[in-house]
Amino acid sequence: MTRPLVRPPRKNPILRTRVPTLPPGGRSRVALGLTAGAARGRFELQVCRDCGAVQYPPREACLACLSSRLDWREQDGAGELLSETLLRHSNELFYRERMPWRLGLVRLDCGPVVVAHLHGDCEPAPSRVRVRAALDHAGQAALTAIPEKDTPNMADDRQLREMTCDPRFRKVLITDAKTPLGQALAAALAAAGADIVWAGYAEPWKKAPGFELLASIPQVSLLPLDLTDSRAVKDAAGEIGGRVDILINTADHHRNTGIAARNGVETARAEMDVNYFGLLRLAQEFAPAMRARGADGQSSAVAWVNLLSIFALSNFPPHGTYSASKAAALSLAQCLRAELSGAGVRVINVFPGPIDDEWNQLLPPPKIAPARLAGDIVEALRGGAEDIFPGDIAQEWLERWRDNPKALERELAAAR
Amino acid sequence: MKRPRAAYDDVVIAVPVTVPYVRHSIRGAHWFLARALAELLKVSGLGKHQIDGLCVSSFTLAPDTAVGLTQHLGVTLRWLDHIPMGGACGIVALRRAARAVQNGDAQAVACIAGDTNHTDSFRLNLATFSQFARDAVYPYGSGGANASFAFLTAHYMRSYGAKPEDFGKLCVAQRDNALQFPHALMKKPLTLEEYLTARPIADPLRLFDCVMPCAGADAFLVLSRADAEELGLPYARILSTIERHNAFPDDPIQYRGGWALDRDELYAHAGIGPQDVDVLATYDDYPVISLMQMEDLGFCEKGQAPDFVRRHSFGVGGSFPVNTSGGQLSVGQAGAAGGFLGLVEIVRQLTGQALGGAVAGARTGLASGFGMINYDRGLCSGAALLAARGGPS
Amino acid sequence: MSDPVLAQLVAGLAAGRIRIVDLTQTLSPDFPQIVLPPEMGQAWPFRIEEASRYDDRGPGWYWNNFSCSEHTGTHFDAPIHWISGRHLPDNSTDTIPGAHFIAPACVLDCSRQAAADADFLLTVDFLRRWERQNGRIPRGAWILMRTDWSKRTDPVEYQNLDETGQHTPGPDPDAVRFLVDERQVLGFGSEAIGTDAGQAFHLRPPYPCHYYMHGSGRYGLQCLTNLDLLPATGAVVIAAPLKIKQGSGSPLRVIALVPQPAPSPARKKNASKRRTVSAKKKRR
Repeated sequence: MTRPLVRPPRKNPILRTRVPTLPPGGRSRVALGLTAGAARGRFELQVCRDCGAVQYPPREACLACLSSRLDWREQDGAGELLSETLLRHSNELFYRERMPWRLGLVRLDCGPVVVAHLHGDCEPAPSRVRVRAALDHAGQAALTAIPEKDTPNMADDRQLREMTCDPRFRKVLITDAKTPLGQALAAALAAAGADIVWAGYAEPWKKAPGFELLASIPQVSLLPLDLTDSRAVKDAAGEIGGRVDILINTADHHRNTGIAARNGVETARAEMDVNYFGLLRLAQEFAPAMRARGADGQSSAVAWVNLLSIFALSNFPPHGTYSASKAAALSLAQCLRAELSGAGVRVINVFPGPIDDEWNQLLPPPKIAPARLAGDIVEALRGGAEDIFPGDIAQEWLERWRDNPKALERELAAAR
Repeated sequence: MKRPRAAYDDVVIAVPVTVPYVRHSIRGAHWFLARALAELLKVSGLGKHQIDGLCVSSFTLAPDTAVGLTQHLGVTLRWLDHIPMGGACGIVALRRAARAVQNGDAQAVACIAGDTNHTDSFRLNLATFSQFARDAVYPYGSGGANASFAFLTAHYMRSYGAKPEDFGKLCVAQRDNALQFPHALMKKPLTLEEYLTARPIADPLRLFDCVMPCAGADAFLVLSRADAEELGLPYARILSTIERHNAFPDDPIQYRGGWALDRDELYAHAGIGPQDVDVLATYDDYPVISLMQMEDLGFCEKGQAPDFVRRHSFGVGGSFPVNTSGGQLSVGQAGAAGGFLGLVEIVRQLTGQALGGAVAGARTGLASGFGMINYDRGLCSGAALLAARGGPS
Repeated sequence: MSDPVLAQLVAGLAAGRIRIVDLTQTLSPDFPQIVLPPEMGQAWPFRIEEASRYDDRGPGWYWNNFSCSEHTGTHFDAPIHWISGRHLPDNSTDTIPGAHFIAPACVLDCSRQAAADADFLLTVDFLRRWERQNGRIPRGAWILMRTDWSKRTDPVEYQNLDETGQHTPGPDPDAVRFLVDERQVLGFGSEAIGTDAGQAFHLRPPYPCHYYMHGSGRYGLQCLTNLDLLPATGAVVIAAPLKIKQGSGSPLRVIALVPQPAPSPARKKNASKRRTVSAKKKRR
């Protein structure tokens, strides 16, 4: 039975901080198909279009009929645990530091046999299990076999926790906690067991309804933070940067004009200054400390969450300059992901559809409620994915984009 | 229509050579392979120019393959092969070389296998072993075959009631054999108690279930019987051989190897049965595989090896001599040379050239090969039945 | 023979007979910026980005690039800034005559009234009372409304916003018309974020100080500080905006020259006599 997580003891300040190590991260290109699925929270395997055989390990031709028409399809992961071992020795530093480590050999009902991390609550072989794909610390897909039915405190399994960014007992920074989403997030993270939630706010003379109430949540600490001011970001990092385990960048300057509807660049520059340069300033000041603390005990630095937008994938012309700023932020977030990869800190990009707020007032529903989006972000932290598309609009636009990005471009242009 | 396989009547295997094993070496694989070739020439009396065929196996020769070695060693050949098949490379090299000599494509083929072992050789080798291993095994931490064989061992124990003591008995016997073998790196006796309480590696495997990687080389010559007799070289005759790759792909977990598919042909070709084998060399990277080979090569039924082990003794004077030089588990695994070790020891036993304990009156020997854990199972299997010069035809 | 008037100025400064008072707030990212409804074009707050600091970006030097609005921090408003002044001649920062950059200042102490009421409006009555005490407001002078608002160092208190908007002191429409039509002043200066009162949108016309001052080619100064160090009359203010082409205003350094009364030679002699007398007195 998995023991529930307990608050870790205070860190002994005279001890050296353990430097992050990573599980082996090399994969062939075809195996990266598994990573692409896990990045979106899905366990996908190749399925032969001609004979239906399911493939594993990933490969270039069907193991049954040699067809090259292999499509990645989601699998339910149900299977039988054939055998298991408890690893006591490894040449890999990451695992050496985490011995012993439970591994299993699972035959999936859909056919293939897989090597997987084995959850502590799985019954000894032979037994029924479910296999899940999540991103490990190296940012690559890794399979974990979990019990057939959920067990108490299942998420607290020591091995499973290595795949997640659980906010429990961790310290979180929300860069803009004034917005409805920011406030909902602060409350949700406190409820999820975060020890401290720093609630960032800029322009203190502009009061936001509900923001004052945040201070009454015991875990919440209000923090002046203006992402357009380099010195302010530096000062904030100097004050709390060494303690931030999860950074959630919610700062979002959103107006609704394209090119022709607004004379001058002032609005677009403000969007870029918050949405793109704000991320850059934040990353320069906060990423180094997070990088160093990627293996800092149970409450290590673990995740950087960016509130992007589904508009980042394909420009939504009525909010054209905003879309462009989110696309710029997306590209920079990919850069940040690469720079944080060596530390095992996951960059999670969130691409919601239109949030139900003032700047999306004229967009018809469905729009995603801030409280719902906050819940999705907390779930993403508890899961093993890094690209999240919350809400119906985001899910549909993503599907259209993956299916035919040019068609989506035309459809969004027609929305004007 | 399946064509009948030719016999090996006029082709023989001779000159078993071992370049002494060392735990670590700063030298490259080329050094060990060169020493093996030089020793083959010295013992056989052949000149380098008389070697016109070469079979090479090595994990640490990169960036060279057999081709680079020709220029490195200054040999001019009309037949060349590179066998990257790990523990099966000895059997496969023998099969390739024998047909070449038989058909006149080569006259004297030197088969050499060797590797160096720098302090980080082992880890680096593993990291680039195979695409499937890199994509689907190493990310899970075992950094080698330990986890895969732990799965196999646990499954085998659960399926057939094998106990740790059964594996231990074989390991202890092999250690006893090794104590007489001058090249063995393990020089201390091993008790069953020590085996059972040794440091766990990956449950249920413990320290003495795993081989020690080292540096070294093994080699032999394949040539016509006439040439061997003319040179006055002791030799062993080749009765039959088998080889199989990726056998039983639909078995969810490996509990049998390719020998199970081909053993009937192995014995039929040789015209003998398992009861006629005087000495056995299994490929012993882990004890469970030795038990699997005992079953699949016909010495007992599938699942009966634990019982077989309990009933037999495996020393050179025992009821069923196995791995008489100590096997890899007690001698050490010099990379690809591990695939030659058993075959070379069988040749020594059948030609009266045993370096350690000798099996009295050994006339027929079986060498088995197994290897290449590409993902979750060993893909290559092979075996060779050899006979002493005057033994059964 | 050269005119000694400037030599006297220089000598006076050196001798401490003329004191320089800095009426300028420090330009920093923390200084509040004027708030407009979000859907309108905004004035940028002051922001500064390091280009190098004795490092690999520039080993021997430290410099920054900065950005702000023309109306950030202590700043000057030119007539072109307001719709009422858009067609006037010489109405932008690059065309304003240089002679207008130095002018006498009249300082109106409204600090007590502003402390009691953040929405305090300066009236004609107040102006007339001030003139009875200090003399007539001279033509071409700066009118500086001292409210001690600059002592509100917390940006939230400085902005003083609530659900109905900003609450800061300023002039009422009649006072502005009086200053412009009856006294021909140079311009109006405030310690708050605008020359107009925070609630001036609701006056008629809205923003009367901007409307009338700029509409008659006069100027504005905002976010001033240290007005409490100035005499009611007698100070001379130097306020020269950046020469921005077609500029509507600019941040600038505003300084005041304030005469310091010096003891006269006669008074010096009497002083020593007095000392003697008092010494004698003490001995008694």
